[in-house]
Amino acid sequence: MTTATTGRTTRKGAVGTAHTRVEGRDKVTGAARYAGDIPFADLAHGWLVLSSVTRGRIRAIETGPVLDMPGVLTVLHHGNAPRVETDYVGMLGAPDPTAAVFQHDRVPHAGWPVALVVAETPEQAREAAEALVVHYDTEPHDTALDGDRPDARPADGHMPAVTEKGDLAAELAASAHVVDVEYRTPEEHHSMMEPHAATAYWDGGRLELVDSNQGTTWVQGELAKMFSLDESAVRVRSEHIGGGFGSKGLRVHQVSAVMAATMLQRPVRVVLARRQMFSLAGYRSPTVQRVRLGADADGRLRALEHRSLNQTSTVYQFVEPSAGVARVMYDAAAHRTANHVVPLDVPSPTWMRAPGEAPGSFALEAALDELAEKCGLDPIDLRLRNEPETGPVSGLPFSSRNLAACFREGARRFGWADRDPRPGVRREGRWLLGTGTAAASFGAGALPSTALVTAEPDGTFTVRIAAADIGTGARTAITLVAADALATTPDRVRVHIGDSDFGPAGIAGGSMGTRSWAWAVGAAAAELRERLALGTGIPPEGITVRSDTTEALASLAQKERHSFGAQFAEVAVDTTTGEIRVRRMLGIFAAGRIVNPLTARNQLVGGMIWGISMALHEEAVRDHTGGLYGADLAGYHVATNADVLRVEADWVDDPDPDDPVGIKGVGEIGIVGAAAAITNAVWHATGVRHRTLPIRPDRVLEAGGHA
Amino acid sequence: MASAPPSTHSAITLTVNGEKHPLTVDHRTTLLDALRERLDLTGTKKGCDQGQCGACTVLIDGRRAVSCLQLAVAADGREITTVEGLADGDRLHPVQQAFLDLDGYQCGYCTPGQICSAVAVIEEHAAGWPSAATDDVRPEAGPPELTPEEIRERMSGNLCRCAAYVSIVEAVARAAGERTGGAADGAEEAAA
Repeated sequence: MTTATTGRTTRKGAVGTAHTRVEGRDKVTGAARYAGDIPFADLAHGWLVLSSVTRGRIRAIETGPVLDMPGVLTVLHHGNAPRVETDYVGMLGAPDPTAAVFQHDRVPHAGWPVALVVAETPEQAREAAEALVVHYDTEPHDTALDGDRPDARPADGHMPAVTEKGDLAAELAASAHVVDVEYRTPEEHHSMMEPHAATAYWDGGRLELVDSNQGTTWVQGELAKMFSLDESAVRVRSEHIGGGFGSKGLRVHQVSAVMAATMLQRPVRVVLARRQMFSLAGYRSPTVQRVRLGADADGRLRALEHRSLNQTSTVYQFVEPSAGVARVMYDAAAHRTANHVVPLDVPSPTWMRAPGEAPGSFALEAALDELAEKCGLDPIDLRLRNEPETGPVSGLPFSSRNLAACFREGARRFGWADRDPRPGVRREGRWLLGTGTAAASFGAGALPSTALVTAEPDGTFTVRIAAADIGTGARTAITLVAADALATTPDRVRVHIGDSDFGPAGIAGGSMGTRSWAWAVGAAAAELRERLALGTGIPPEGITVRSDTTEALASLAQKERHSFGAQFAEVAVDTTTGEIRVRRMLGIFAAGRIVNPLTARNQLVGGMIWGISMALHEEAVRDHTGGLYGADLAGYHVATNADVLRVEADWVDDPDPDDPVGIKGVGEIGIVGAAAAITNAVWHATGVRHRTLPIRPDRVLEAGGHA
Repeated sequence: MASAPPSTHSAITLTVNGEKHPLTVDHRTTLLDALRERLDLTGTKKGCDQGQCGACTVLIDGRRAVSCLQLAVAADGREITTVEGLADGDRLHPVQQAFLDLDGYQCGYCTPGQICSAVAVIEEHAAGWPSAATDDVRPEAGPPELTPEEIRERMSGNLCRCAAYVSIVEAVARAAGERTGGAADGAEEAAA
């Protein structure tokens, strides 16, 4: 695609300037309608029934008494539900068959969907669902993840399972300093504020779905394949989305709503209850990670091994590729990384904000801190001594790697130079104080997308793209990019998103959304300007140009493309109560050109707070029943307002050289390294290395501390 | 003439944002569901439906409450204010304007609850109510200074998983400053 050069003005661009959200007024007045907020005439309400056993088979479902209850319209289950297709490859691979509800009598994990009760009102549906008696033949279950499982196997996910070079044993033997430690992270849940919600109905032979998801054309494609429909016979809309974080793809609520709407021939809404989300919305698997590092006396790495194990379900393989971080971050003569999985009788895990990088950076960056201590080096100095020239595994050049600039700027602003490296020596009343740092990286990618840009006769422009604004500010970012590309002002650009009728587009995921959509919008806008430059006038229906970035993306040179960052944390630890307060965090990022500083800063800070939450609060616990203990927002702790003190994010200049706007993406890098920076600060405060997250008060008490 | 409701239902009047709505509701219906499903006031959000997240916060007789833990029949005759009732025509409530200007949200789903909560926080503080973050809770001590720490504590019943807490605190500080006429420095103070 060409970049338009005609008519370029000297006006300061919209990109790079803070803009409040274009839909902000709707969001602060309650006018923004999310999926469960949109009224439909003749709407029926579905309520899912989940298995009360962890493993076994459904022997019988007593539907009779429930069907006699007031308002109940139908009970869907494996005995009467339509058959669906699961043997296909969608936009992001083979589907998790969990979404294909009611296809057989097997129960592979606690909270497996066994029925959907549909009734006239939500109260009737819920009461009937709770009254439904299901008989099971139970079988023994296995839900315990540990590091020594013989059935663990290397597994490819969105990257190869294993990379290796050099002689690990020899390099470790030749090292002056060695770190060999195991780290553990718990099961973590997305817990976005808006529960998954979908309304399905048929309109003139076309399936309509009003949903909350991270990609309308993605979900459209999955539903079309699953129900053996032509893609043009399925339309998915998702205008406002109350958070996604990786969880809002194809799930049971959409599929069961489509089944019920088809059987009843009327609109059916299915909303997941908060408790149901803990078994049906995906989650981040717990991990067991072993890191071995060997270094020369001056801190240069000779050996690096990172092995990670995560659990998956027995119906679907999901790899949390924690060992992938070292493939980007650090080189060594002997370098080995491996991701393993073990199938257990648990729900399927899935992508959750920075899959792989979040837990992987915790282990690797904590191990680096331990190595710095052994080498007697400043942790930043150690990292700068190990900055690779090219991709440690790929050998490819970096598109840009401004990690050192992040550390320099961060150290200056945080006051790192004055730091006393000794642990456990700073006391302020009941508090022990410490500071820590860690590096961050996250891949910078883009997915093929199409966009429609229309010049209207009144001089305004309309952009249509199947983008998803899950809270990122995508609608606003696209408006700014379009305004610059059209050499106009943002107030003359209307952006419509979240409708699969706009054509294929990338998802809001992998920190790729804004970059993918901006590329497509920019390309269409450039061509539109060329058309307008011909001066033929604009007909009443406007002039519309459609772009497709598939070819442009395919022709991109192979490079290591990533955002980088430096995380800093200051903590106060009370070893008498076990309380930890994160007093201050600073993150400096090299994350491409920042489209909207207002929303980008918010998102980066939000990611860093996810790091606080990961380090100190979040942990879903399975008990002996195989189910979760306390599967709600009182039992599963996420950071609240009172947990968050000073958290600041900023960035260094880092435009991506191969992106038309210079974008990399900011959705995930904020969480990467954040938990490690906090953990390293807790060591600096107390002298204790906490290698299992979260660092709960009881763990602090048990470990004790200096002074 | 409507017939008497069945024994499982009651005729009530919900007064929402100054408007009276006669309704016959299922006794199981929560105030949250009545607002959303019966009155089409969907600004009030359902995040957990069990009183743990704060997304459904409304004002009942001027005090904040989670509407998911309130049965609709129990709200009969009381004054309910939802997020839809805060603006004065086209003019946003100062809390709404501050959330908009300072980006006190991301996905926006917890926002109506955060805003209703913040409106009440500012009133509770002005009325001299202490919080767990208040050092001196004696009545004669008067209202504590509405520091960022006070705001964080008082706003902690409203979860924001996008974690826009830093800008939420700035927004509440600014709106509170405007109420007392003292000021425009609220946001900077909160950021410090």
